[in-house]
Amino acid sequence: MTSTTTTPQSATTAVALSGVTKVYGRGANAVLALDGVSLDVAPGEFVCLVGASGCGKSTLLNLVAGLDRVSGGQITLAGDANPGLMFQEPALFPWLTVDANVEVPLKLRRLPRAQRRERVAELLRTVHLADFGRKRPHELSGGMRQRVALARTLALDTPVLLMDEPFGALDAMTRDILHDELERIWSERKLSVLFVTHNVREAARLADRIILLSSRPGRIIYSTEVDIPRPRRIDSPEVAAIAAEVTERLRTEVGRHGQ
Amino acid sequence: MASDTLTSSARTDAEITGLDALEIAGRDKEVSRGARIWAATWPKLAALAITIAAWQFVVWTGWKPPYSLPGPLEVGRELMTQAQGPQLWEGIATTLRRAALGYVFSVAVGLLLGLAVARSTVLRAAIGSMITALQTMPSIAWFPLAILLFELSEKAIFFVVVLGAAPSIANGVISGVDYVPPLLVRAGRNLGARGLNLYRYVIAPAALPAIVAGLKQGWAFSWRSLMAGELLVVGISQTSLGAQLTYSRELSDSPWLLSTMIVILVVGLVVDAAFGAADKAIRRRWGVLDQAGQ
Repeated sequence: MTSTTTTPQSATTAVALSGVTKVYGRGANAVLALDGVSLDVAPGEFVCLVGASGCGKSTLLNLVAGLDRVSGGQITLAGDANPGLMFQEPALFPWLTVDANVEVPLKLRRLPRAQRRERVAELLRTVHLADFGRKRPHELSGGMRQRVALARTLALDTPVLLMDEPFGALDAMTRDILHDELERIWSERKLSVLFVTHNVREAARLADRIILLSSRPGRIIYSTEVDIPRPRRIDSPEVAAIAAEVTERLRTEVGRHGQ
Repeated sequence: MASDTLTSSARTDAEITGLDALEIAGRDKEVSRGARIWAATWPKLAALAITIAAWQFVVWTGWKPPYSLPGPLEVGRELMTQAQGPQLWEGIATTLRRAALGYVFSVAVGLLLGLAVARSTVLRAAIGSMITALQTMPSIAWFPLAILLFELSEKAIFFVVVLGAAPSIANGVISGVDYVPPLLVRAGRNLGARGLNLYRYVIAPAALPAIVAGLKQGWAFSWRSLMAGELLVVGISQTSLGAQLTYSRELSDSPWLLSTMIVILVVGLVVDAAFGAADKAIRRRWGVLDQAGQ
C-alpha cells in the first residue's frame, strides 16, 4: 500500500524532505528550529549538512530518524527504510561486549543465533575490529569505539545512514583514517548518507553535495556539488578550494547574526 | 589505477591496525589473583586484630567487672560451645528464614513500586516524596503500630521489615531509571528497541548499578528491622538470634550475649560482601572500576 505511493520516488530518492518545519515549545516561547527545509538524497549519494551553531542540523537528523516529529512538511524514506543514526559519542552499551553490542539490532530483528554470529563477525571485519569482539567498550580507544558504533548501525541493514558529527571528538589522524574507512564502506554498500558536520574540510573530503544551513531558524541557503574524483585526500588543493568557498559563505551567514 | 587503489587500501588497513595497537597498548595490566586477594584481606585482618586487642585491653583495665564485659577469649570459647549445640543453628535458621521471606517480598514490592513511579508522572507526584519520607522513618518506630495490628507475631516483624526495605529498593529503581543516559535510549530506539524491548535491552541494564545499590541498602534496612523486631517481639516459641540476645541479657549471660552479637555481625557482613561482590562485578563490566580507584 505504502510501496505504491513511494515507488515512483524511490527510484530517484532515498530520503525526501519537503517543506520540513520544526517548532519547539509553544506560544511566546516557541522557537523555530527548522523552517521549510526541502532536500532530496539520491540512492548512493553522500550529502553533508554544514552550518554554524543553532542551525538545527541535529534536529533534522532526529526527524529523519523518526526520533522526533515534524511540526510541518513531510519526510519520505524509500521503501520505508529505518535509517541508522550515529552520534558524536559512540553510545555503545557499556555492559555488553563489542560482539554483543553489534548483535543488539540483529536480536531485535529476531535473526537466528547462527546467522547473528556470522553477521557480527562479518561486520567487525568490515570495520577492522575482527579481533576485538570480546573486549568491552571501555577497553577500546575513541576511534575504535566509533567503528564499533558504525558496525552496530550497519547491522540494521539499512540503505540510509544518518551521521551527527560522528568524528567530531576524534584526533585529526584517527579522523583521516576513518574518512577513508567510511568512504570505502559507503561505496561498497551503496549507502545513502546524510552527514552533519561543522567541519567544512571534512564535508569537502566526503560529500557528493554540500548543503549549507542558516542559523535560527535553519534554512537551506546554499548547496554545491563536489565533483572531485575519489579517493580524495583531505589535504588536496581541490578539497581545500571547495572548503574555502563554503567557509566564505558560512562566515557571511555567521556575520549576519552579529549585526 | 586499480592497483593504485589496492595499495592505498592495504596501506589504510596497516595504518588502522597500527593505530589500534598503539592506542590500546598498556591498558591491560594483570595483577595475580593471590596478590589481589592478599591486598584485599590483610587490612581487614589487621583491623580485626586491633579491635580484639583493644577489647582485651579494656577488659584488663578493669573498667567493668568480668561478668558484664568478658574478654575475647571467654567469648570465643562460648562461641565454640554454641557452635557445637543445636540452639545457635536453629536460631540462625529461624532468623535467616524470616530475613529471606521479608527481603524477597520487599524486593518484589520495591521493584514494582519503583518501576511504576519511574514511569508515571502522576504516581511520581503523588507518592514519590512519600517513598523518600518512608525511608527516613526509623523502622523501630513502626513496631507499636505493627504490634497493635498483628499482635506479637511473625506478621508484625514481617510488616516492619517490608516497610523498612521496600522504600530503599524502590528509590534505587527510580534513580536508576532517571539517570539512564538519554543518548543510550536514543541509540536503543534507533536500533529498533521499542516498548518492552527498550526496557529489556537498554533501560534495565543501564539502571542496574543503581538498582543493586538500592537492593544493598534495602538489605541493610531489613536486617536492622528484623533484629529490632526479634528483640521486641519475643515470646514466640522459636529461638531466633534476636530472642537469644534478649534471653542472654535476662540471664546476665554476657559471654552468650556477646557471642550472639558476633554471629549477627558476621551474618550481616557475609550478605553485605555478597552485594559488594555483585556491585564490583557490575562496575568492572562497565569499566568504571579503575576510575573509582579500587
